[in-house]
Amino acid sequence: MKRILILSCAATGLILAGGCANVKPWQREHLADYTMRPDRDPLRTAQAEHIWFSREEANGGGGVGGGGCGCN
Amino acid sequence: MNTSRHKFILSIITAAGLLAAAVRPADAALKVGDAMPDFAHLELEGKLPDSLKGKVVILDFWASWCLPCAASFPAMDQLQKKYGDRLVIIAVNVDEKKANMDAFLKKHTVAFTVVRDGKQKVVAEVAPETMPTSFIVDGEGKVRYLHNGFHGAETEKQYVTEIESLLKRTP
Repeated sequence: MKRILILSCAATGLILAGGCANVKPWQREHLADYTMRPDRDPLRTAQAEHIWFSREEANGGGGVGGGGCGCN
Repeated sequence: MNTSRHKFILSIITAAGLLAAAVRPADAALKVGDAMPDFAHLELEGKLPDSLKGKVVILDFWASWCLPCAASFPAMDQLQKKYGDRLVIIAVNVDEKKANMDAFLKKHTVAFTVVRDGKQKVVAEVAPETMPTSFIVDGEGKVRYLHNGFHGAETEKQYVTEIESLLKRTP
């Protein structure tokens, strides 16, 4: 039973991880679009940061690695 | 631990390794020392220069959505004007939509050759690590220098130094 559970967990993990893909630098047109920026609305950004800071005592770290246009 | 458990763990590790290898970024296909791809057999939209033999070539991959690419265009245009016939600049656009390239070129008028790799076959073969990427090729068709990205005056200075050194070697 335990073995089946481990095996099914591993299989699920592999299936999910199989969905990972490297977006090549020349394929990042849509990621580079302005609408993909999380900070495109300054008011919304300020509100979200206020909420994180006041409720979770968290600040910064809003950047997302691997996103954006992949330039330079 | 029995043998079947060993096999089971080993198979999980192997599967994870294969998966990690599959998602690992590929190394740049075109490197310093390699010969420049033969464009005659590749599907590029636009007219390429007739002959590149004996000329220093900048092969640049760019996209309209890439801000450093926009910054690099005036610099490359200056280089083209400065070196004239001795330097050939081929800027390969990788935009999915031609209209985006056309709109970009309306804003950034340049004197050098611009072609389009609409099917992204050439760029996939060359596999640049970033946008823009430029390869400086000598008169014999070998890649001598590689620039990942465009970093303003620093890259411009490097371009001049490298072009001058290659022109000295070119008869």
